[in-house]
Amino acid sequence: MGSTNSTLSKIPNAGDLMQETGFSPAHIVRLYDRYKALDKDKKGHLCPQDFGAIKELAMNPISDRIIGAFFSSGQEVLDFPSFVRILAHFRPVDKNRPKDPNSPEHINSRSNKLKFIFQLYDQDKDGKISRQELLQVLRTMLEKQVTEEQLESIADRTIQEADLDRDDAISFDEFRKSMEKVNIEHKMSIRFLR
Amino acid sequence: MRLLPTCPCFLGASLLVCVTLPLAAGGGANASQSRPAEINVTHVPVVTVKWHHVETSYLVALWILVAGLNSKLKSFFPESALLIISGFILGGIVWGADKAQTFKLVPRNFFYFLLPQIILDTGYFMPNKLFFSNLGAILVHAVIGTCWNAAAVGISLWGCYLGGAMGNLQIGLLQFLLFGSLLAAVDPVAVIAVFEEVHVNEVLFIWVFGESLLNDGVTVVLYNVFDAFVSLGGEKINAGEIIKGIVSFFVVAFGGSLIGVVFAILISLLTKYTGKVQIIEAGFIFVLGYLSYLTAEMLSLSAILSVTFCGVCCQKYVNANMDEKSVTAVRYAMKVFANGSETMIFVFLGVTAIDTDIWVWNTGFILLTLLFVLVYRFMGVFFLTWILNRYRLVPIELIDQIVMSFGGLRGAVAYGLAASLDETRIKEKNLMITTTLIVVYFTVILQGLTMKPLVKWLKVKRVSPTELKLIEKVNNRAFEHILAAMEDISGRIGDNWWTRGWKRFEDTYITWFLMKPEARKNRDYLFSIFHKLNLEDAINYVTEAEKRGSLAFLNQTDGTIVNFEKKLRFSGVMPDIMSELDFGEKSNISDIKDTVPSVSLNIHEHEMKRMNEDFNAHHLLQQHLYRSRKNHRHKYSRSNFSINQSEDEVQEIFQRTMRSRLESFKSAKMGVTPAKKITKHPKKDPNHKTTDKSKKHPYGDEDFEFSEADSAYSGDGGATGGSSQRRGTYTMGAGVENPAFMPEMDTPPPPWVTEAEADTSVAPSQGAQRYLPWSPRNLHRLAPLRISDRSTDSFLMADAPATEESSEESPQQPSQRDGTHM
Repeated sequence: MGSTNSTLSKIPNAGDLMQETGFSPAHIVRLYDRYKALDKDKKGHLCPQDFGAIKELAMNPISDRIIGAFFSSGQEVLDFPSFVRILAHFRPVDKNRPKDPNSPEHINSRSNKLKFIFQLYDQDKDGKISRQELLQVLRTMLEKQVTEEQLESIADRTIQEADLDRDDAISFDEFRKSMEKVNIEHKMSIRFLR
Repeated sequence: MRLLPTCPCFLGASLLVCVTLPLAAGGGANASQSRPAEINVTHVPVVTVKWHHVETSYLVALWILVAGLNSKLKSFFPESALLIISGFILGGIVWGADKAQTFKLVPRNFFYFLLPQIILDTGYFMPNKLFFSNLGAILVHAVIGTCWNAAAVGISLWGCYLGGAMGNLQIGLLQFLLFGSLLAAVDPVAVIAVFEEVHVNEVLFIWVFGESLLNDGVTVVLYNVFDAFVSLGGEKINAGEIIKGIVSFFVVAFGGSLIGVVFAILISLLTKYTGKVQIIEAGFIFVLGYLSYLTAEMLSLSAILSVTFCGVCCQKYVNANMDEKSVTAVRYAMKVFANGSETMIFVFLGVTAIDTDIWVWNTGFILLTLLFVLVYRFMGVFFLTWILNRYRLVPIELIDQIVMSFGGLRGAVAYGLAASLDETRIKEKNLMITTTLIVVYFTVILQGLTMKPLVKWLKVKRVSPTELKLIEKVNNRAFEHILAAMEDISGRIGDNWWTRGWKRFEDTYITWFLMKPEARKNRDYLFSIFHKLNLEDAINYVTEAEKRGSLAFLNQTDGTIVNFEKKLRFSGVMPDIMSELDFGEKSNISDIKDTVPSVSLNIHEHEMKRMNEDFNAHHLLQQHLYRSRKNHRHKYSRSNFSINQSEDEVQEIFQRTMRSRLESFKSAKMGVTPAKKITKHPKKDPNHKTTDKSKKHPYGDEDFEFSEADSAYSGDGGATGGSSQRRGTYTMGAGVENPAFMPEMDTPPPPWVTEAEADTSVAPSQGAQRYLPWSPRNLHRLAPLRISDRSTDSFLMADAPATEESSEESPQQPSQRDGTHM
């Protein structure tokens, strides 16, 4: 298995990646090793089965959606830069990084993190979380015992709480507003090894 | 107050004891008279009260009973504190009756009869994955922390002694160091007893817990070394002796562990070959565990380490080898023994206090010891954690550090060591015993009592008091799931070359050596889940058929759409039955009549009527949201055997995921458009099956100790051990590889590709593509899940009629992939 420590030079476009995502060289190398390890057939890219091979992921109720988030727009191949970009969403927000007012927001900014989550909910990418989509999410996250009716009731009330313009769907702004109090930086960050 | 219900128990028991004791005194008199029976018998004794024969055992049993009933107060007090207090009372009673303490915790009894089963229990139920991934930190704390404690306490006390704070004592530096070393060790019994009720997070728990177990190696060494030094006298100590001391540490620690491992191998081998004598099997574990303790003790190595590693190493193999019933029997028996011993230890700790012989009071000594023990514990923990945090990816927070320091409880081991001091060499033995007892009481009772409130109090500040809105709750949980998934994708903590290499090594050699062949096959978690799913399907199928009178409905050709809705338990026909029945009309076989959905719909309507009550959505969410990894409680508990709680949930999720993949696979095979969430991926490609094998679980890669580590106390034994025979006949009967067991259902169908996009036009053509693997010629090549791509011992090898499997061992040529994989 690809567990040898590849040097940064072997990774194509490492410099750009680091610039874009804010990962340190050590992180990039480590993610590259991980990427290679996941790519068991040495195809050079990842496909959904590779993610399916991660056993712990199968224990996750929303694993399918998450895998789908990696393979957006129906592609079947995931190259390394895309892999890193998605994971970059979860980098802890670094307070020290100089904020260049002209550059686009960091990929791991609060807003972008929220956007990522929003896209997980919003499967048809219409910019709104419809009641149906919410139902689907809830269904995956709730145990079998919950009946359809209960599920629908929960979904209705959830939308009620967040939906400000009464269109029976949650737009991104409404979503963001409802998450104001939540400490997104903390809840949506993982520490990458080393 | 909750004390009230147990008061009668206390009163009743103490009354009983008070009554029996005078009887004992009287009975003793009677007995002494009637024993020279030939001389003084005046009448034929019909019934005599032979109290003194049973006195000890009776009282002990009685108090265990009472102590066990104490558990009603457990939520309030830690159990250990209660037990000690009961011990006080018992000791008071006995002392009151006898004017002397006849009940003492004799060190020998403690070390040989009470301690081993507790340690064996902790080793056996140790969460291995957690333990070994944190082993470095645990060792740092155990070794360096304990040495620091010992040295600091000893030297400070000596300093204070020189400063005159303790008056006149016949103690030297070495004796202070000896005293420090016996007080330094955190006690596993006490730690378990307290932490069991305070649910701290996993890492913190395993740190304290592991430290308490592993520091025995250090304690033994320090104790023996300083004991030897004290005997030698101060003058003879030179560098040579000190070096010998350090070397002895390594010898003791590693030697002890090695002995434990050797015995673990013995146990595993034994269980591997004793399939026929299942009743005795369980007993072997206890006997051999005890032997490992005694052997290490005999060789003056660390006995606790020996038993710990014995339990830690053998749990996996033993649970795999033994029959399900034996496994359960062992688990329960261990808990009973451990609980009983723990109870007795604490009661005796209390009893021993009520003994005027040993009490020597020296305010300075005692108070200073207490102070130093506490302070140095905090200092040690904070310092070491600070160092460790620089190398950890998730630092241990301050709160956890405080809890860790606070959890440095001393217990019976310290007392046992103190009581086994030699009084000729150590004149102040009684003072030391007194101090040790006070330290033990203080830590266990006071710190134990305040631990829970402290934890709560510290945490309260950080949680927002307002009630979260529904959407926040849902999202919070979603975040946790997402984070867990991202962590898994990016590689778990501790996942590195060593772990992978070890797992590979272990899987190929060690399990081959130590596990029964059938157990090895059943071990695969995915496989067992699939087996379960298919069995469920089979049962549903047959039940449904019976309802209809026969299996005749199979042959209907009305081509209805398969409804894979989860509510329908009847979500598919098992492919192997299909393969037996009819290869030609694939499309029919999986069809399920409409009446089946309507059966369930009726139920649904019925439920709907019932569900018209108000319910609290919040409550529902609270109850039914799947827990994420962060929410799962730590799994070790002395008395709480909640084996299946979180396991069930996870299994449910896992089954659902697998079921959805299975169904999409089947639907892909059938060329039937599945309903609902499961659609095919538009860009399917037969060669994509080459990637199938990536789905199988290569043991060398993921640190998936879940099933193994938990196998000691998880219910998945049901999937593994018990079903071995069933599985044997099952696959034999099928005669072909069961394609259903294939985990790689092409691609996991993205559920967000909604039904609207269900490209029915694509279905037939893909069905045609899929058709190929179903022909009988190729069927046997649809191999079930392989355990690893290098496993030479694949059960499918054993079962498969075909010999093409062997060709698969060679490196894959992707072009030949048409649904085959190893």
